[in-house]
Amino acid sequence: MTGIIKMPQTHLSAIALEKAYSKGKLQVPVLRGVEVQIKRGEFVSIVGQSGSGKSTLLHLLGLLDTPDVGEILYDGQRIDDLPAQKRDQLRNRVFGFIFQFYHLLPELNLLENVLTPLMIRHSVWEYWKRRKEFQDLGRDLIHKVGLDHRLTHKPSELSGGEMQRAAIARALVATPEVLLADEPTGNLDNKSGREIMDLLSSLNESRQLTIIMVTHDEALARQAHRTVRLAEGQLQVQREAA
Amino acid sequence: MYKLLLCCRYLRTRYIALASIISVMLGVATMIVVNSVMAGFSTQMRERIHGILADMVLEVNGTDGAPNPEANMEKIRKVAGKYIESMSPVVEIYGMVSFQWRGQYITKPVTLIGIEPESKSRVGVLKDHLKSFQPEMDGGKIVKPAARSLSEAPNWELLESYQRYRRIQVQNQVRWQHQAEPAEQDAEMPQAEAPDKLAQLSLKTFPFHPDAADLTQEANSLPMKDLFEDDVAPKELSIEEREKPLSGRLYVGLGVVSFQYENQKTGKLETEVMAVPGDDIAISTVSAGRPPEVVHFTATIVDTFQSGMSEYDANLVFCNLEYLQEMRGMFNRKTGERSFTSIQIKLKDYNDADKVVSLLRSSSEFPVGLFSVQTWESKQGPLLAAVSVESAILNVLLFLIIAVAGFGILAIFFMIVVEKTRDIGILKALGASSGGVQSIFLGYGLALGIVGSGVGMISGLVFVWNINVIESWLTWLTGHKVFDQRIYYFPTIPTSIEPLMVFWVAFGAMSIAVLASILPARRAARMHPVQCLRYE
Repeated sequence: MTGIIKMPQTHLSAIALEKAYSKGKLQVPVLRGVEVQIKRGEFVSIVGQSGSGKSTLLHLLGLLDTPDVGEILYDGQRIDDLPAQKRDQLRNRVFGFIFQFYHLLPELNLLENVLTPLMIRHSVWEYWKRRKEFQDLGRDLIHKVGLDHRLTHKPSELSGGEMQRAAIARALVATPEVLLADEPTGNLDNKSGREIMDLLSSLNESRQLTIIMVTHDEALARQAHRTVRLAEGQLQVQREAA
Repeated sequence: MYKLLLCCRYLRTRYIALASIISVMLGVATMIVVNSVMAGFSTQMRERIHGILADMVLEVNGTDGAPNPEANMEKIRKVAGKYIESMSPVVEIYGMVSFQWRGQYITKPVTLIGIEPESKSRVGVLKDHLKSFQPEMDGGKIVKPAARSLSEAPNWELLESYQRYRRIQVQNQVRWQHQAEPAEQDAEMPQAEAPDKLAQLSLKTFPFHPDAADLTQEANSLPMKDLFEDDVAPKELSIEEREKPLSGRLYVGLGVVSFQYENQKTGKLETEVMAVPGDDIAISTVSAGRPPEVVHFTATIVDTFQSGMSEYDANLVFCNLEYLQEMRGMFNRKTGERSFTSIQIKLKDYNDADKVVSLLRSSSEFPVGLFSVQTWESKQGPLLAAVSVESAILNVLLFLIIAVAGFGILAIFFMIVVEKTRDIGILKALGASSGGVQSIFLGYGLALGIVGSGVGMISGLVFVWNINVIESWLTWLTGHKVFDQRIYYFPTIPTSIEPLMVFWVAFGAMSIAVLASILPARRAARMHPVQCLRYE
């Protein structure tokens, strides 16, 4: 799909985003007017210290939260004020999430975890009719992330790196256009972390997937095309990757 | 799809929730058991009460009765003929029976009912309660077949075996009279040793087998004499005439002529019968007419009956209608007109009862002050109402148990929702709607309800089906009788499973489980995905 549209083109953009969390009576501003444009097929990393608002920005971009002020545009269309049902659908079809703590469902085995987005998308009957097709798709992705031997294992039986790879497979099964990764290597050792980063880079290249990654690791951030730096809720420098 | 999968997974992996539905299960099981036993009791009781009473009764207010039952039955037919299957005129009056047993006079108040056995057995169950129509049972096996077949119409004839017993009795009596002086002593003598032997006579050895040698001996020792012989029967009767049963014939409630006691040696409940068919007992009642006078007569017991309702068995004595009418002066010798006190009516369909009652009540033929019309249910209103109130209260209490279980589910569900906060966040991040998340937990509640009430239903039904086995285990285990026949009157625990009741109990338990999961499910639905995912 991305192949047809000529790059570069603004895929996802944030306009004057403001967000504050209330702690008791206190309003704590997290984002104070953030503007970001992300092109289709771009690999962007967002860095900043803890509390700088980088995760919040990611959540807002991925429609997990709504901004107090400002807009999120997807392909030039405003999406942050859509009704809940549309937002749910967008989360399911357009965005893929990867979290620091993998966030797999402990009751389900690896294949079922990977297929969760499809289960959410389809009704019981639809899913049942197409279950062969979906399972093949899931197996295929699990093969791609190199977890064939873990197909029926529960998350508790997997290592951290394996879980993160499973989470990536889960994010990919819904064929998203934007992958949102929140500290994907934050909990992994160097080797596993490198493997995950390689996987993300290759996905970015092979599928022309737009990837937005939040990290506090400058070295990792450098692997992205572009780094967005956040400090105290405001954008500092936008720098093209070397 | 994910909802279904997760519900099933949670059901299989969250044992704490399964613990919470144990109370649902127990509640459902107890409710089914209690309802089945109560329903069994009340249907059995209703059957027994209904068996003795007819569907409906038209009663004459006042003990003197009204003349001409045939004309009145014709009137009833005219008013509500199409609903009526059959009718039987009866005379109902209070009275006393007295008979001699081991040298003492036993006198008991009874309700004396004059019936025509044939028409009476058409309006209600009569044969099924009469001893001569019942096979003799011991431990569930037929020991001796019934003396009369059920196809036979009940009558006032004495069975041949009882007739033989009576003949022996009369011959003994005659012998005593002939040897007047020594007989006095003879009569005294055996009594001293009799009690031991008599104590062994239980319900099992009755009815009397007059052909058995030892029993004949005992029959010798039983004092037997017409109490009011001087008044009623002229002394100079030939032996043959005295051997014939008297013209007054009775079906006596077993409770009237027997008593129950616990055998101290065996600990078993035994029944001592004081008078058997073939014996004569004295009846006292009041005559119709002004002023009411005491009427005494002696009548021969032809049969005993046992309806299973102790109240009836200990109170009712059926007499042949014509004889009672004559004794009470309800028979006009000149015109041949007889009187009755009530007419028992059997309906074609009991559901029409209320219609027929109002038809008869509003009819000018039966003015309210003179006649009263009642169904058997309204006659036994207080008893039936007590049973239904009792079961209603029990149902409320037991349903509260399930409601308490519902609060258990509520608490545990809140816990699970908190525990699953992260998973809820993930599902929402992956595009699950709030409604979807809510329905996971509602579905989970429903699944728990189904499992709980399903298992409860099965265990309740199994318990009910084997309740008497369980009762005997408990008796063996605790060493004393759990279900005492003396208290409840039934030899085994009666049960009746009503599918609708089972359905409502299970349905109620399921809805309570779903209701209890609504709050936690809403809470789960309202959770904010970011907050769910933020902290680890």
